[in-house]
Amino acid sequence: VTAATPARVVRTFGWPALFLAPWIIGFVVFTGGPMVASLVLSLTDYDVISAPRFVGLDNYERLLSDRNIAASLGNTIFYTALHVPLSMGLALALAMLLDKARGRTSGIFRTLFYLPSVTPPVAIGILFLLFLNPQIGLIGQVFGALGLRAPGFTTDPDWIKPGIVLMSLWGLGTTMVIYFTALRNVPVQLYDAAQIDGAGSWARFRHVTLPMISSVLFFTLIVNLIASLQIFSEVWTMYFGNQDGGAGERAALFYVIYLFQQAFQFLHMGYASAMAWLLFLVILAITIVQLRLSRRWVYYEGAD
Amino acid sequence: MAIQDQPMLAPAGRATAEANERRRARSGRLQSVLTVSALLAVAIVLAAPFVWLLSASLKPRSEVFSRELLPDPVMWENYSRVWDVSSMPVWVTNSALVAVLAAVTVALSSALVAFAFAYFRFPGRTALFALVLATMMLPAAVTMVPQFLVWDTLGWTDTLVPLWAGNLFGSAFYIFLLRQFFLTIPRELYEAATVDGANPLRLWWHVALPLTRPALLVVAVFELKASWTDLMRPLIYLRDVENFTLPLGLKTLLDQFGQGGEMQWEVILAASVIATIPMVVVFFLAQRAFVEGIATTGSKG
Repeated sequence: VTAATPARVVRTFGWPALFLAPWIIGFVVFTGGPMVASLVLSLTDYDVISAPRFVGLDNYERLLSDRNIAASLGNTIFYTALHVPLSMGLALALAMLLDKARGRTSGIFRTLFYLPSVTPPVAIGILFLLFLNPQIGLIGQVFGALGLRAPGFTTDPDWIKPGIVLMSLWGLGTTMVIYFTALRNVPVQLYDAAQIDGAGSWARFRHVTLPMISSVLFFTLIVNLIASLQIFSEVWTMYFGNQDGGAGERAALFYVIYLFQQAFQFLHMGYASAMAWLLFLVILAITIVQLRLSRRWVYYEGAD
Repeated sequence: MAIQDQPMLAPAGRATAEANERRRARSGRLQSVLTVSALLAVAIVLAAPFVWLLSASLKPRSEVFSRELLPDPVMWENYSRVWDVSSMPVWVTNSALVAVLAAVTVALSSALVAFAFAYFRFPGRTALFALVLATMMLPAAVTMVPQFLVWDTLGWTDTLVPLWAGNLFGSAFYIFLLRQFFLTIPRELYEAATVDGANPLRLWWHVALPLTRPALLVVAVFELKASWTDLMRPLIYLRDVENFTLPLGLKTLLDQFGQGGEMQWEVILAASVIATIPMVVVFFLAQRAFVEGIATTGSKG
């Protein structure tokens, strides 16, 4: 009775296949196919103009000796290590503040805080290139008012990355909105019960709020990690393009910027593919480690 | 930062929200004054760059970096100069065209795929859906090179096509999101329509889509924003200035008129305002639908 006659196959898969077709085609042409293609390309020397030449593992060997790989990985990890905890912490603090306000007020402020997130990265880059400039920017005035001299956030190689981290914090609105929604959904009875048990505000935060929003914290941790390892647009605007060779050339050389240069400026498609795979493996490893670690601290409602 | 910019919909829990509201109402007046003051302080810090940008874009060239808050005289000409010295009208048109095409195509294609996962029962459904979710974690930078080679082979580099046509095939995050909404539709509605002789395509179009309009709007608005602000893809695919979108045009203006260039910052700043305003407007217009969209998500799926 269960023989897979053509008619039965069509009846079972016909309509679903029709609805799923866009995704399946897209997966083959733009995701799965390209993944395989880039693995193959990473074993070749390819400049788009002449045919790819098989070079074995040469590209991967080059990764190890290329000083810019080490530098750009270092820069990217530096940025991620500062950006992710700072932006998550600040976003949570803001969301909690917002959660304390009454409905109307919190709605207005939520809108305001979210606005930087709809600004084009190029405009953000331009804005902060000027803003963070110690001579002409507002930051100079702010430091001046405190009797200090602003560091060269856009000119001093040691301060360029901290400047970029500052800029990134302007866009924490999305994360904040996510936390705010999560906070509003923590059952109020839990707080009442904790209060009756004599829990202070820190204890309530530590033992009620944090566990109840831990799955959301985990989600934003992963998403923020993956995004910050791929930082590109704002930094490209500020320090690359025709400003190549400026102060940001090494200090702001992030991994994806270097990948972009290799692929589309130097047309080293094979080498860029090897770089892409290294990035993929790094991100995969980080995600798996975080998933493992999450079992210790993430609480899913109804899971236990 | 595409993934980061997407909204996450949590289950609404209206009752919880209301209870929390009552709790808040109990807190004292002093505390609420303190809260609002703190919020105001943060708002001022976050708004400062916007205010500075707007003000500086209206100042005469020699005073762009002056400390005055209000421009005097107000140089509206800065904006018309942007129009004169660049291909701004073409860039705005290109950006608008790409953004609308990207938003409409991704909303429809993602809804089609999401409906398949919500409505049909077929072997392998769970595994396939897991694969869709897995692609969400795939970094965009990883497929950048081969995707370029695909469009290059098709002969579509230096056209606007690669900037939106990929959206014809759905996007994992939106598929996930829309599926959540489709799951909340009672099956009886479909059954009633089926009795009336509707095929699945009609169920999708006449039953599912009208009921999930707020969610479709959320998807469209987010894609509109993602597309309007995107720099990387235009940078990869576009060569001719007349094909540029606004972000790429803006970057060109920075290189031409900024540091090491002609030092006409007022032109760059006015252009930055032009690039920013449309999304601020869209955000305010769509805000209500957006918030409603989040509030009506009833299920975890």
